[in-house]
Amino acid sequence: MFTLALHAARKTPADIIAENFSLLALALLSFGAVIFLFFLLASRTSVKTQEWLKYLVFLVPSILLLVVGLIYPAIRTLILAFMDKEAETFVGFDNFIWAFTIPEITVVLANTAIWVVTAPILSTVIGLAIAYMTDRMKRPAAIKSLIFMPMAISFVGAGIIWKFVYNYQPNDNKPDIGLLSAIFKGFGLTPPNWLLEAPLNSFLLIVVMIWIQTGFAMVVLSAALKNIPDEVVEAAMLDGAAPWKRFYLVSVPMIRATIVVVLTTITIGTLKVFDIVRTMTGGNFQTNVIANEMYSQAFRQMNFGRGSALAIILFVAIVPIIIYNIRQLRLERTER
Amino acid sequence: MTSLINKSLVKSKAKNVFSSPWAALGAWIIAILWTIPTFGLLVTSIRPEKDINNSGWWTFFVNPNISFENYQQVLFEGSTTNPPLYQFFFNSLAVTLPAVIFPITLAVFAAYALAWFEFKGRDFIFFSIFALQVIPLQLTLIPLLQLFAKGLVIGDVTIIPDLNITGTYIPIWVAHTIFGLPMAIFLLHNFLRQIPRELIEAARVDGAGWFTLFSKIVLPLSVPAIASFAIFQFLWVWNDLLVGLTFGGGAKEVAPMTIRLAEMVGTRGSGWELLTAGAFVSIVVPLIVFFSLQRYFVRGLLAGSVKG
Repeated sequence: MFTLALHAARKTPADIIAENFSLLALALLSFGAVIFLFFLLASRTSVKTQEWLKYLVFLVPSILLLVVGLIYPAIRTLILAFMDKEAETFVGFDNFIWAFTIPEITVVLANTAIWVVTAPILSTVIGLAIAYMTDRMKRPAAIKSLIFMPMAISFVGAGIIWKFVYNYQPNDNKPDIGLLSAIFKGFGLTPPNWLLEAPLNSFLLIVVMIWIQTGFAMVVLSAALKNIPDEVVEAAMLDGAAPWKRFYLVSVPMIRATIVVVLTTITIGTLKVFDIVRTMTGGNFQTNVIANEMYSQAFRQMNFGRGSALAIILFVAIVPIIIYNIRQLRLERTER
Repeated sequence: MTSLINKSLVKSKAKNVFSSPWAALGAWIIAILWTIPTFGLLVTSIRPEKDINNSGWWTFFVNPNISFENYQQVLFEGSTTNPPLYQFFFNSLAVTLPAVIFPITLAVFAAYALAWFEFKGRDFIFFSIFALQVIPLQLTLIPLLQLFAKGLVIGDVTIIPDLNITGTYIPIWVAHTIFGLPMAIFLLHNFLRQIPRELIEAARVDGAGWFTLFSKIVLPLSVPAIASFAIFQFLWVWNDLLVGLTFGGGAKEVAPMTIRLAEMVGTRGSGWELLTAGAFVSIVVPLIVFFSLQRYFVRGLLAGSVKG
């Protein structure tokens, strides 16, 4: 084992890439070849054979993968949540009692609640404002692209970008390199040590999420605003409604269903947020959230019971939101 | 006549009010605010290390020193424990390509079957797959990881043997494929359903089998939908941290860039010259994809959330 590790360490990056590249090429080629051969052979079979063969080729692979890869693991996690650390003995609700009573973990749940309340609402409100401001603009493409851009950036990348903005200079004699501290000093204020001070730090992390999700909200809501018939807006104008009134008495109610979908979609994303917290604070300084704690419990402490229990709590929080979301979508469809 | 004039008057008025300079100014201010953090990262990454640590990036414009040393260092200089970033860059590519191609291929197949094969239980299967989207990734992580590590043995019956693939790309590819499938099948199904029934039936009457029908008619027609979803899946996989972290088994040989960057933040919290350059290397690929294919991306986004 030891010699193996030594041997592995001696490989240069180029060796590793060459090895990995052959696996990559092999995987892609064999995947393509299998499908090509299947099609070649299957399309030559009789009509009668095709009647059952079509299910085997088109449908069965996906269903098998989903059953083995999603349904079975989900059920297994449910069982693990009631088992101990090594998944050997049944412990009843111990893991859940742990999650709701140990102070360190209740902080995690409280932080998650703060995230869920603030990030979706603020992203949606800002996104809607931009969508409305650019709705009748002649060339909104540049503005929209800039605000939408963070959607393409990874949470890790965004974490680094913002960690730099929040950079704190402990030495008074050295100039600030963090933008936020510099702005604070520009106004004659003393900047706090941004990412270390709770509860401020949690909100600073939430800003990163809002920064990413606003573009999503803007694009979807902007499309919904465009779908409002011109006649409706004109009628409101003829009635002499002021722009602000027109906005919340006409536009907002008309796209209510889409607003709900945007809110719920961002809420689900926020519940699962992991990378931002892990990158920026590692969940320290009272910024931890449930998805990060789930990872730590399961893969650092190797406590499968507690990790599973946290995953179940996450799941239970998500389900009602999705059900509500689907019902809204149905409602919107029947209204049309 | 008068009403017509009235109407056009109102319309131009509407245009004026909405495209008021104040709204435009407000939108521009937000857009610039939104861009400053990323811009600061880019500027920092091309400054010499000494400048970065001794002055804010905004002073670059009065004192412009450009250096690509940071990129050179982060990309090509590594140690025995920490390989250079270009290896992780390759890993990101090697993880992403199959993790986009596999789920889309399987999803187009399944969507085709669910949209056009008539069989008992079709609606049930479709609804079940749709419902699977409620399962968060976290709920499946531990058991799925054990499947890859130990196989699946119930009692004495080995259903899936231990394949000994931990530490290769394979678990990451398979995991991404599984996690991407429900959404992909759902979106593509909605799209494939819109193919006119007459078109399918005419081909069937002409004697096209189900396989010919797929490759000659359905597949070419679904290219736009496939493109939309491909961008989605690409961004999701390229930017992913959690799946790579858990299913990569901690092996540096297969870890994508996000893992290396997250690690760099943790261990060298203040090495901004390397962090900013590294971060920019990792975000430049999705940004190129994003800006060149934004139209398809937006279309996919709207298909997923507005229509459902």
